Amino acid sequence: MGQTISLQTVSPDDAPSPAAAVLPAPAADVLGVVVSHVWLNDEYRHLVLEAPEPAPLARAGQFFNLECPHTAEDKPYLRRPMSLYRADPANGIVEFLYKVTGVGTRGLASIKVGRTMRLLGPLGVGFSIDPAARSIVVLGRGVGLATLAPLAELAASRGVAVTAILSARTPATVMSVDRFAAIGARIEIVLDSDGSSDPANVERILRACAAEGRADAFYTCGSNRLMLLMQRLGRELSIPGEVALEQQMACGLGMCFCCVRNFSVGGDIEARRVCSEGPVFRLDEAMPW
Amino acid sequence: MVDARTDSHVPALGGGGDAAAVDSRVRIGDLVLRNPVMPASGTFAEGLAPVVPFERLGALVTKTVTPELRGGNPTPRVCEVGQGMLNSIGIPSKGLDYFVAHTVPFYRQFSTPLVASISAPSADAFAAGVEKLAVPGVAVIEANISCPNIEEDGKAFAMDPRPTAQVVARMRRATTLPLWVKLSPNTGDIASVARAAADAGADALVVGNTILAMSIDIETFRPRLGNVMGGLSGPGLKPILVRMTYQCARAVSIPIIGCGGIATAADAIEYMLAGASAVQVGTATFVRPTAMLSVIDGLAAFCARKGIARVADLTGALHDTDMKVEAHDHDHDHMSEAVS
Repeated sequence: MGQTISLQTVSPDDAPSPAAAVLPAPAADVLGVVVSHVWLNDEYRHLVLEAPEPAPLARAGQFFNLECPHTAEDKPYLRRPMSLYRADPANGIVEFLYKVTGVGTRGLASIKVGRTMRLLGPLGVGFSIDPAARSIVVLGRGVGLATLAPLAELAASRGVAVTAILSARTPATVMSVDRFAAIGARIEIVLDSDGSSDPANVERILRACAAEGRADAFYTCGSNRLMLLMQRLGRELSIPGEVALEQQMACGLGMCFCCVRNFSVGGDIEARRVCSEGPVFRLDEAMPW
Repeated sequence: MVDARTDSHVPALGGGGDAAAVDSRVRIGDLVLRNPVMPASGTFAEGLAPVVPFERLGALVTKTVTPELRGGNPTPRVCEVGQGMLNSIGIPSKGLDYFVAHTVPFYRQFSTPLVASISAPSADAFAAGVEKLAVPGVAVIEANISCPNIEEDGKAFAMDPRPTAQVVARMRRATTLPLWVKLSPNTGDIASVARAAADAGADALVVGNTILAMSIDIETFRPRLGNVMGGLSGPGLKPILVRMTYQCARAVSIPIIGCGGIATAADAIEYMLAGASAVQVGTATFVRPTAMLSVIDGLAAFCARKGIARVADLTGALHDTDMKVEAHDHDHDHMSEAVS
């Protein structure tokens, strides 16, 4: 898998005429209609939009730049990047699961069913699955699990078995268990509230997956600590992996260079744009944040 | 609720006449543009191609390239400030050789003139860089002598007339391409800087870059940008840069390209009435990627409604001959007293 992503991580700068077949659908700024918008718990909301193509053609790991509504208190000026939770091309649906944390997401949380909002996308490079992989392990925490749910479904659609390690503070904040269960994933829930989310325990689970031949590839999102753990084990056990990263953004299209992160590439530190060269990157090159 | 980011609150500019019959072409020196709307450097790149047909724009303006490799500033590089943003990107650059080998060829597929934005740490380096840009596909050089991030403490050539004259004169001798000079609002006397650039051989002025600014996170007591200071852009800039466009247009006879907080055709019209021959749209593209297209269509619709045959006729059409213009700081106070 480590090899297969190389084509997709070539930036537009480096490849003026890339192989179009491997690239995702070109982005467009479209108007979506809110068909559902509910609280899942005290912090997380689930937003379902009906939107024209290319939005529903988004792939696991890609994201959209959302124009967040203004409220009396919050007036987000820039758009907010939001990773895909589900795309349903047949019904023209895109879904997001987000945590309400600041000006942008509070504005977003105010939008009512039936209202419209602009979404630019699909953007960025999504997850890749090596055609030779038979089983993968996804490890996510908090809202990062939402990014991994469509990856698990993509894997299942290709006959790839999934082990999903879902980390959260409490049982109420474990996201997307039903999504992972529906595709027959082996699910391990680890929690802060009972101590099972401790890295030593997660390491034990990951090592067991590898020992049982259930880890042809690692995927992670949502936790610096878990990323470092998975990266270390991936190196030790020669298991390739990918990580979906976040960064503050403005344009989402690779133009403004606001969203760079550093990567360790062959001993050098290289800054890459999360929006256009990611948000999914090789796990072995990621650096802690 | 009115959303200041969208054009929903802008009165309809069209509604009469035939917008298709309006001549949108403008002239910047010897160069004729199909319309006066182009991106501002740093807010545009190949990545916008799927969203905006580049053939519809008046010109294409690249992100600033430097002769040397530059990594850029530490993150966070952006923060939102009210209805606007600060940035401290720090001009990451793969260098001129890469630019000429990869970036320019990409844009040759479009008939729209390519404006190559360049910056450098010295007048000599500017001149050497400008020479390297004399390649097929580069129609114009835009000299970014105003970026507030490039030197320590935000200093730049464009802060004073003398260094401006020196660097522009050096570039003028180094190229026969049209030379646009992008000025900085971070100066006490922009008209003098504009005159210095024009006298030294600039073909047009871009007025202007971001305003040096700062924002602090009061929870952490830390600056909100990794570089501490950065450039303010967005709607808040517009009245300041419209004023500067007006001052520069009165000071020089070469064309002015207005830039700062333009999101709608109404914004662009203000700049043109103040004296701009063309406009650049920057941060608005982040908020609404198709903003430039709305400005192009809105300009033609406005002219059709007003019975103006050519968009270029808006340039300098401000009715101010009956008004006394004194740009002193205390004017505002006088006005307040008069009102009260």
